[in-house]
Amino acid sequence: MSQIRVLVGTRKGAFVLTSDGKRERWEVSGPHFAGWEIYHVKGSPANPDCIYASQTSGWFGQIIQRSDDGGKTWHQPGTPAGEPAAPGSPKSTSNNFAYDASASALTTHQWYDGTQRSWEFKRVWHLEPSLTEPGTVYAGVEDAALFCSTDGGESWQEMPGLRGHGTGPRWQPGGGGMCLHTIILDPSNRQRMYTAISAAGAFRTDDGGASWKPINRGLYSQYIPDPRAEIGHCVHHLAMHKSRPGVLFMQKHWDVMRSDDAGDNWKEVSGNLPTDFGFVIDVHAHEPETIYVVPIKSDSEHFPPEGKLRVFRSRTGGNEWEPLSKGLPQRDCYVNVLRDAMAVDSLDTCGIYFGTTGGQVYASADAGDSWNPIVRDLPAVLSVEVQTLASSR
Amino acid sequence: MIRVLLPQHLRTLAQVGSEVEIEVEGPATQRSVLDALEGRYPMLSGTIRDQVTQQRRPFLRFFACEEDLSHESPDALLPEAVASGAQPFIVIGAIAGG
Repeated sequence: MSQIRVLVGTRKGAFVLTSDGKRERWEVSGPHFAGWEIYHVKGSPANPDCIYASQTSGWFGQIIQRSDDGGKTWHQPGTPAGEPAAPGSPKSTSNNFAYDASASALTTHQWYDGTQRSWEFKRVWHLEPSLTEPGTVYAGVEDAALFCSTDGGESWQEMPGLRGHGTGPRWQPGGGGMCLHTIILDPSNRQRMYTAISAAGAFRTDDGGASWKPINRGLYSQYIPDPRAEIGHCVHHLAMHKSRPGVLFMQKHWDVMRSDDAGDNWKEVSGNLPTDFGFVIDVHAHEPETIYVVPIKSDSEHFPPEGKLRVFRSRTGGNEWEPLSKGLPQRDCYVNVLRDAMAVDSLDTCGIYFGTTGGQVYASADAGDSWNPIVRDLPAVLSVEVQTLASSR
Repeated sequence: MIRVLLPQHLRTLAQVGSEVEIEVEGPATQRSVLDALEGRYPMLSGTIRDQVTQQRRPFLRFFACEEDLSHESPDALLPEAVASGAQPFIVIGAIAGG
């Protein structure tokens, strides 16, 4: 029987939630890395037992963790697990995210007040394992840049073409910092990849990351001097269905957007949403025109409108939305759902999952028609990823 | 032999108790002590000093002999009591906790 593994990153550790394909009874493992912020946990599509985690702290910096047994045990790649290395052995490099100095076109980025600041590494927001190589993984970091490891996370190299393409001095931090938070790999074209940065916008490479272009035409953002500028948009998240890699969906700071030409042009599809502010957006596993968002009241009030937690689903690729509330709190609910905190499984009846800043992880085994909490009282949830495993392990 | 006291999160990471003992070649300074510590426990690389700049992470402090050594030069000699192992070199998180 199939098994579902939900990987949850929180403010104070990681949790692994597992169930069989019925998705009714769940086992909870964790906290792993207790007390640390776990920004993201994601498994390799090529080897589901290989899972990467971003463990971070304002005090102690960035740690990369890897599990080779489906989340049961973890180690820092390149560092012996369970016992100290011998004196004089090479230092671990898995924590070392050094910006590529050859990206010389970019020495500064914009600060909140418009002044220029130097790039300074803070943390890894998102880890995106390769679709085909378990040892290859991409990291989106703050201050915004893209790194890659081809040795299972033991060492990291910046892909400098993104920072180096010339618009960096116009990138600026959003409320959460200046982070590269979304990485999407095109399953039909290994040379194509999408990224999104708050607050710079969306970018695409068609040559495996050597060069990048901004793909923000059609976005409109009132918080930058030229609302239609090429750069400066606070994109919150992107989503794509693997069967149609040229169709992208975007939850922007405000506005839900859609592109049918790989990001070259965007149009708004907010339609009848009660508010088009939000963070998450995702696509049904089997229906590429069925998409999900969680509307949030506003940029200054990060909670659901009217205190009602509702997922909205569009079966038409946007514009026409229906609220999904069965099983979700419909009064006095003031949580947020952060940008990486929604995911879908790929069972025949697609499961949808999301986590809240109140520590709940909700699951729907019927594509959003009804919801149940898997857990209610975790630390604030930063990220949710789902693995659909072929058989019980 | 030099004694180093670590904050809890770093003990967990290195899988050690609160105090570790390390051998330092040459004069005992912040730099030589931290080099030796990271050599013995490579999983701590980057957690006390920034990997790139080698600067002390801003929310960590260094105490010894009831004095704050956080702003001393990394190449300044540590107190003799630390070099001799009589007193520990203390790595401590800022009081905000974390």
